[in-house]
Amino acid sequence: MAQTLYDKLWQNHVVHQEDDGTALIYIDRHLVHEVTSPQAFEGLKLAGRKPWRISSIVATADHNTPTDHWDKAEGTAAIDDPISRQQVETLDANIRAVGALAYFPFKDARQGIVHVVGPENGATLPGMTVVCGDSHTSTHGAFACMAHGIGTSEVEHVLATQCLVQKKSKSMLIRVDGELGRGVTAKDVALAIIGRIGTAGGTGYAIEFAGSAIRGLSMEGRMTLCNMAIEAGARMGFVAVDDTTIDYLRGRPFSPTGEIWDKAVAYWRTLTSDEGAQFDRVVELSAADIAPQVTWGTSPEMVVPVTATVPDPAKETDPVKREGMERALQYMGLVPNTPISEIAIDKVFIGSCTNSRIEDLRAAAAVLKGRRVAASVKLALAVPGSGLVKRQAEEEGLDRIFVAAGFEWREPGCSMCLAMNADRLEPGERCASTSNRNFEGRQGPGGRTHLVSPQMAAAAAIAGHFADVREAL
Amino acid sequence: MEKFVKLEGLVAPLDRNNVDTDAIIPKQFLKSIKRSGFGPNAFDEWRYLDVGQPGQDCSPRPKNPDFVLNQPRYQGAQVLLTRQNFGCGSSREHAPWALLDFGFKAIIAESFADIFFNNCFKNGILPIVLPAAEVDALFAQVEATPGYTLTVDLPAQAVMRPDGKAMPFQVDAFRKECLLNGWDDIGLTLRHADKIRAFEERRRVEQPWLFAQ
Repeated sequence: MAQTLYDKLWQNHVVHQEDDGTALIYIDRHLVHEVTSPQAFEGLKLAGRKPWRISSIVATADHNTPTDHWDKAEGTAAIDDPISRQQVETLDANIRAVGALAYFPFKDARQGIVHVVGPENGATLPGMTVVCGDSHTSTHGAFACMAHGIGTSEVEHVLATQCLVQKKSKSMLIRVDGELGRGVTAKDVALAIIGRIGTAGGTGYAIEFAGSAIRGLSMEGRMTLCNMAIEAGARMGFVAVDDTTIDYLRGRPFSPTGEIWDKAVAYWRTLTSDEGAQFDRVVELSAADIAPQVTWGTSPEMVVPVTATVPDPAKETDPVKREGMERALQYMGLVPNTPISEIAIDKVFIGSCTNSRIEDLRAAAAVLKGRRVAASVKLALAVPGSGLVKRQAEEEGLDRIFVAAGFEWREPGCSMCLAMNADRLEPGERCASTSNRNFEGRQGPGGRTHLVSPQMAAAAAIAGHFADVREAL
Repeated sequence: MEKFVKLEGLVAPLDRNNVDTDAIIPKQFLKSIKRSGFGPNAFDEWRYLDVGQPGQDCSPRPKNPDFVLNQPRYQGAQVLLTRQNFGCGSSREHAPWALLDFGFKAIIAESFADIFFNNCFKNGILPIVLPAAEVDALFAQVEATPGYTLTVDLPAQAVMRPDGKAMPFQVDAFRKECLLNGWDDIGLTLRHADKIRAFEERRRVEQPWLFAQ
């Protein structure tokens, strides 16, 4: 019978299955960061258990780490907030005690956002199960991985058993055919999909992204898209293996070499859905119809094209939805029917596990080159996803373009995506952000987040309000 | 983990779709390296008028009188009633830890986000999905009736209203078993340790690239 990519990935990891379909699924790669792991390591120790397979662990500190003034003190002493410092030091101590395939601590040349660090080091390989105590683990699905976020109890479960107890999800195919227009990116595709199916549209499903527009995306673009699968409610999203996947992986530090590489590639090439494979749900979008997107509310599904206006709750018939829209507009300080391009911004954030890779920085820099951030913009941050991304960007001179335009060029980390460090919005401030969540308070209590692509964030920085990047290119 | 068998509890209504885990427990409280003590900061940004800090005594903080869970009639609630896609967003298990520490043992909604739903079972909280019409009816009854309680019967897989109506719900057999017994599922999985070892050895031979040292 024709199998979906998901069928193949699932089947390849079943250790044991109960009659009701509950299965023990083997975990190949366990990514660990400082926020969701301390209680798991402690639980393991209290129960007197040992980690099952240390070489499955790749760890880094990213959520709490500051993005500036790293040189002001030795090591973690450069973290001002004592409880942030304690969390980072707890990870240091846990990894020291337990071990790992690789650990990129605070200030390491390869430290960065866990979902940027894994792939760029070849620690994420096709066909793997990849888990992490972080919902954006779906990112790694770009490599045809079964990759998803887990809670801390499951972090402990994976440490202790190398397995998770799971039930198979339903399968959804999202096909995007055609060619994306100039200035339209993977981020816009992701937001357009969420606008279509809603933030709960993918709940209970594993999504495969396919179609010529997806095939045309770079690995960076595919990572952006799969990263946002969770914002559509799907724990995981993936893209089949093709030449783009294999070309990206060749020569990465943890990628196989020689004969094993050849054997791996032969297997990886099978990681596609078979012709005629059946999905539980199919959604189709035309690439040509997708314009640059801007969110207006407090859920990623509250999104419209940059050419549109802020929606009017009076036109919504469902009372719970209408009230939700009204609450969102009040929180966001917006008036219905305002053109999106008239919304002025206070801050700009280019970064996060969604959009902090080299291609994202290049795209933003192409818009910023020779231009200046508007005087009304209080702060514009460019935060590379990892030390390696930062170094490459600097080798290409991108840092100079950002700085010349008026951006601050920072050290890598999660930064203002979730504001666990010092990078945040003040109450009422409005931000054009390349991150993934526009929830209330996400970027700081009272902060107002609009999700956009890196190009759109750059265009907004220059204009001081949202602007159609297609006119700036 | 505490067992969950049967619960009769006061119901508190949170009439919103898409309540995310950032709202349930804001990021500044995720810096804790403990599993306990998150209750006073559950729904922090909605519950208080100031910005909360980790480690702060919450009792003197100004409360938001408009937030439903601050109303005297809902104090001591053990059942949370809400709408669609509850618990969406971040995978932080601090969200169920905060809800449990606040006093909630069961959550009734039209739908839940997958990761949050799973995290509840790991902490002895029962998330219950009911059809929209039944959730609607519950909201109307809760709001009209001070002291409104529901009985959640896990063995019978039903929620009983005070008027005698029983609303059946689905739960996976394995998860139900774990909740009823308060089992630690790591212990259960380790009963299959030999199978895991055998699987791993086969994998090491067939796909050696997965085992970089």
